[in-house]
Parts: sequence; structure tokens; C-alpha cells
Amino acid sequence: MIAYVLRRCLGMIPTLLVISFLIFLIIELPPGDYLSNQMEQLRAQGETASIAKLEFMRREFALDRPLLERYAVWLGAMPGPQGFSGLLQGNWGWSFEFQKPVDQVVSGTLLLTVILNFTTILFVYIVSFPIGIYSATRQYSWGDYGFTLLGYFGLAVPNFLLGLILLYLMNEYFGVSIGGLMAPQFIDAPMSWDKFMSILSHLVVPTVVIGTAGTASMIRRLRANLLDELHRQYVTTARAKGLRERNVVLKYPLRMALNPFIADIGNLIPSLVSGSVIVSVVLNLPTVGPILLSALQSQDQYLAGFILLFVAVLTLFGMLISDLLLAVLDPRIRLGKEAAS
Amino acid sequence: MSNITPGDPGFDTGEKSALDLPDHYVDEVRFDPGEAERLTPEQERYFQASQWRIIWLRFKRHKLALWSGVILILFYLCVPFAEVIAPYDPNMRDSDNIHAPPQGIHLFDDGRFVGPFVYGTRAELDLDTLQWVYVRDEDAVQRLRFFCLGDSYEFWGLVEGRFHLVCPAEGGSMFLLGTDRLGRDVFSGLVYGARISLTVGLVGVSISILLGMFFGGIAGYLGGIVDSMIMRLIEILRSLPELPLWMALSAALPVTWSPLWIYFGITIILGLLDWPGLARAVRSKLLSLREEDYARAAVLMGAPPGRIIRRHLLPGFSSHIIASATLSVPSMILGETALSFLNLGLQRPAISWGVLLNEAQNITVVTIYPWLMAPVIPIIIVVLAFNFLGDGLRDAADPYKH
Repeated sequence: MIAYVLRRCLGMIPTLLVISFLIFLIIELPPGDYLSNQMEQLRAQGETASIAKLEFMRREFALDRPLLERYAVWLGAMPGPQGFSGLLQGNWGWSFEFQKPVDQVVSGTLLLTVILNFTTILFVYIVSFPIGIYSATRQYSWGDYGFTLLGYFGLAVPNFLLGLILLYLMNEYFGVSIGGLMAPQFIDAPMSWDKFMSILSHLVVPTVVIGTAGTASMIRRLRANLLDELHRQYVTTARAKGLRERNVVLKYPLRMALNPFIADIGNLIPSLVSGSVIVSVVLNLPTVGPILLSALQSQDQYLAGFILLFVAVLTLFGMLISDLLLAVLDPRIRLGKEAAS
Repeated sequence: MSNITPGDPGFDTGEKSALDLPDHYVDEVRFDPGEAERLTPEQERYFQASQWRIIWLRFKRHKLALWSGVILILFYLCVPFAEVIAPYDPNMRDSDNIHAPPQGIHLFDDGRFVGPFVYGTRAELDLDTLQWVYVRDEDAVQRLRFFCLGDSYEFWGLVEGRFHLVCPAEGGSMFLLGTDRLGRDVFSGLVYGARISLTVGLVGVSISILLGMFFGGIAGYLGGIVDSMIMRLIEILRSLPELPLWMALSAALPVTWSPLWIYFGITIILGLLDWPGLARAVRSKLLSLREEDYARAAVLMGAPPGRIIRRHLLPGFSSHIIASATLSVPSMILGETALSFLNLGLQRPAISWGVLLNEAQNITVVTIYPWLMAPVIPIIIVVLAFNFLGDGLRDAADPYKH
């Protein structure tokens, strides 16, 4: 098992390299960079005095080098003006817009981003699991139709609009303050039970909004898988032997249907992370989403690049966890040496 | 029976006995192998129908998918005829009607039938909140005109015209879904917005199909190291969250571009991240079809690879490609909406449903002027219809599977 975990982790390294290069290409796509754009602006205004300083800064950040070298410097695989100082060395870059290192800009938001995505995954599984079983075992009942319809709507309504609507309703009927992560009075307060509850109640809307589409597709998947299994002969045999209906379903077919359900995390996580970015913008949540948007708009390339890399790594780790979970749950997945033979 | 070869003494006698009357009964009527199961004309037609006809027959049974297709066709009528359907120019500002609420269509006034009409509105300034309040004027019955001459427009930017499907009464107004902060008609915006919102998915999907067929095709056909490299790339691309990348790519589009170029830029961006799924489907289908008997027969008869792919393999999975492409249209429509909503996509004067929703970005708007959220309705309908249509197509795509 340990060998499998190690191999799986090592396999992520080339993937991460490819992803980091793709992301670097994307953030380099706009013509020029933050500093050269600023220089042009200054030149247009006739202020030549501060241009020299910006020139110096461009050299400092290795922005005057060719593309591949810039990438290597950003990654930390090549000495920049300050020696080896890139992602590999734990230097996440400099945010030109905030005039601060990137880690100071994003530090408060990273944990919340992880928490938000994690609770959403939990929500998706907790909600879709019983509903999926119900829909499969009571196929074509009113409940089944109802959930199917609800699921279709979950897929069709853009989640940022669902966010706006729910936010309005929450404020109207439950008095939860609008936007943000906690009620305004707790922002600087030390951690307390009330603050914790306030955060929790503010997490409800985003979790539901981000999770709806995922929940809908998960219900459909589990329902289809379970229905396939329920028509197998071993189920009939189990019934014929007089097993109670509950045991018939829970003991065997459910186990079989569960694997694709867990393996599906791979499809689920990218869409959840996507959703969390835009929903955070709409609901004004302090995650990386709003920072990414403003960084992209002002071409603050290293900040945007780091956030893109962060969300990509987040999904990769989610998939790693799902793979490991699957290996634990399904004895048929062969590990290490057995797989080779 | 022993082997009888020419020259054997027994050969002649055997020949002779065959020419004699046989000692068993033979029916005079010709044997018809299909006699046992005679087909009804209906079955006959079904078995002789082409693949596409069978797909259509199966698809027709799927009522929900069929009606979704009809609804989509109706929506798509807005694309060529937006100027005629919309009563106003969507960028026309009416400073007398800022944030005017929707005017409902009525049929009866005071119990008297007048035909479709709207009540006029009177604007009053609320001195407490300093807001314009629009009061319904029950006396001003403004009958709608149909097939009429109204505001002039340039049809497709080419031909001048004034013909509209429906116009407000002379001197009256008809804001079916209200107006926005500059007095622009929301309903006309929706009609014009359909032009971009509905085509963005189709163009994006075509790009994604091209890329998917190309990469899936060479991966499935060449195999080996090319195959494994492409599959690895597909895996990586699929593991990336789409929206942040879409945002980054569309933020990279130069601001100096004209709306038309931005539009193409956005569709390319949407298609660029969508092909991996299709490529994977193409590859697996290609690999399985390659092993079919008819494909092998074509190889043995000496058909060149190009012909085998075009004539024998492509028809086998084109229906699948169409079905899965239909299912990926909604995510593209939603993607464009999200980008325009975030101000990263199209901007006025170009109009899409996402651009219209841009007005509904904050909570005050949602509470005070809820009609600005109207674009949500067509988005939901279109996305749902595409989902149902895609499901129906997918079920019908493989007509020989039972």
C-alpha cells in the first residue's frame, strides 16, 4: 500500500510540471507585462523620471528575459537576479498590484478555499448518497421524478445566479447578513462559539450553490449504477433466499455501485473548484476567486499564475485522495507488484 | 459414403442414379427461406431503412427530446430574425423610462375585450427615496400593433427596414420585461442576445469537435507512443478546473479587438478546453470499430486507410459525436454567460444574455429591480432543452443496440 501511495505521488510530478508550464503560458499570453504597461502609461503622460525605476524592477523580476528562461526562473529551476528563488524554493512571486509578495496577499484566503471546497464535496456526497439509493430503489415513483426534475434544474441554473437568488432569500427570511464569510461584528473578534456559528451559517449558501450541479449529476450516476446492479441475478437469488429487502440492497448491489461513485470525484472536483471561484465573486467570499478576477483584470501575472496553479493543485490532490480511497475500499484494485505480474 | 472421384468404377453409376427420379419427395414450389417469418410492410421498412432513418424513428419515440428540439428551433429563430422580432433597438436609451417595470399584456379592459394591449405608465418622483416610481395608468389603453412598421433598423447591418412582428401603440410604449438603468428594453435585449448566446455554443462545439476528432483520430489510429502522450495530455486537461482557465484566457484577449473578434476569441477559448472529452470518445470508438468484421473486410479488400476511416468507421461513430456534442453545448452557453457576467467576455454594444445579466450583479438590483434577472429564464430553458435533446440523441445514437 505504501509503495502504491509513493508511486501515485511520484506520478504527479510530471503532471504538475506540465500544468505549471501551461499556466505560465496562459498568464504570459497578454502582450507585455504589468510593468511594461505601466511604463507605457507613464511615457504617454510624459513622466520619464520613474521609468528608470520600473526598468530596474523589470530586470529584478527577470521580465526582460526570453519566455523559457522566465518560466525556469518562476519555477525556481534557474537562478534569477536573486539566485534560485521560485516556486520550488517556496517563493510564490510578487504581486505588482498590491506591492506585496503573493503569499501575503493570498495567505488568508487559501485555507478558506480549501475548507469551502472540502465542505462542498462532503455536502455533495451526503446529499446525493441517500437520494440516489432512494431514486434507484423506488424507480418511477413520484419522489424519483421529483428528484430527477430537481436535478435537471440544478444542472441548468447557472450557479452564480442561484447564489444571488438564495442570498436574497436567506437575507429576507433568515436574516443572515449578505455576502462575506461572517457577520460584520465578528470580523476582528477572537474566535468564539458565536463567531463559529456565524461562519457556519454563512457557509450554507455557498456550499449549496456550488454543490447543486455536482449533487445532481452524482444522484443520476448512483441511480444508474445501482439500477444496473439491481437487475442482476444475484439480487434475485438473495431475494429468493429470503433476505430482507434492506439487506439485499445495502449488502451487495450498493457496494458494487459505490466504486464508480467514488471514482467520479475526478470529474466532480474540477467543476466544484470552477464553481467556487465564480460563486465566491458573486457572494463576495474571501477565497482566491475574487483575487484571481482582479489579478486577471489588472494583468498581475504572478498573482494570477499562483492562484491558477493553486486551484489546479487542489484538484490534483482531490483526485489523489479519491484514488487512495478507492484502493482502500475496492480489493479488486491491484497495487504495486501484483499489478505488474 | 466413400470418396468418389472421376475414373472410379463407381462414378458413372452414381451420376446415373442422381439423374433418375429421386426416391424421396421434393415439393414443386420453390423454397422461400423467409417464409417462416414474413415481415409486415412496417417491419420491412424498418429493416431496410438507412441508419439515420432508424435513428430518427427511435428519436421520435423520445417525446421530451422531440419537444425540446422544437423549442430550441423556436429559440433559434431569434438568431436570423432578431431585428424583426424585437420591438426596439436593444441599445436605444429611453430617458423617460429608466428602470421601468414590465408592462403586462392584457386582453380585457373593464370586462370589455380589446385584444392584446398594455396599460400606459406615468412616472412620478418619490421625494422620500428620490426614485422614479412608475404608476399604471388604467385610462391609457395602448393596443399592440402586429405586423407593423415601427423603429427603423438595419437588417443584419445591411438592409434598412422598419417591419416588426409587434410594435407598441403610436406614441405608447411596450416594455414587456421592463427597462434597465439607461432605459434600454430588456425584452429586445433578450431577443438580440440570443444571437450571440445561442451561436456561441454551436461554434464552440464545432471547434471542439474538430480538435477532438483530430486528436482522438490520430491517437486511435497511430496508437503507441503518440496515443499514450495524447491520452496523458487529455488526462491533465480534464483535471484542470475550466472556469479559472477560461477567465485567464479571455482576460488575455486584447481590449482593442472589435466585438466580432472578441466573440470568436471566446468561442475558441470555450472549444479549446472542451475537446478532451470528445477526443477520448472518438479514440475508444475508433479502437472498437477497427476490430469489427466489416472494417477488417475492407482492409482485406485493399481499401486505403483514408477510405476505411471515412466510409466505414466515421458513420459508425458520427451519431455518438453529435449526441455528446449536443450535451456539451449547455456548458459552453453557461461559460459564455459567466464570462460576460464577470466582465471578462463580451461587452456592450455587443449583447449576449451574460452581458444583460451583468446589470444584475449586485444584491440591490436583485431586490429592487428583479426584472433585470429576466435573462435567467431563457438560459434555463435552453440549457434544459439541450440536455433533454442530448439525452434523446444519445439513446437513439446506436440504432442497432437493443
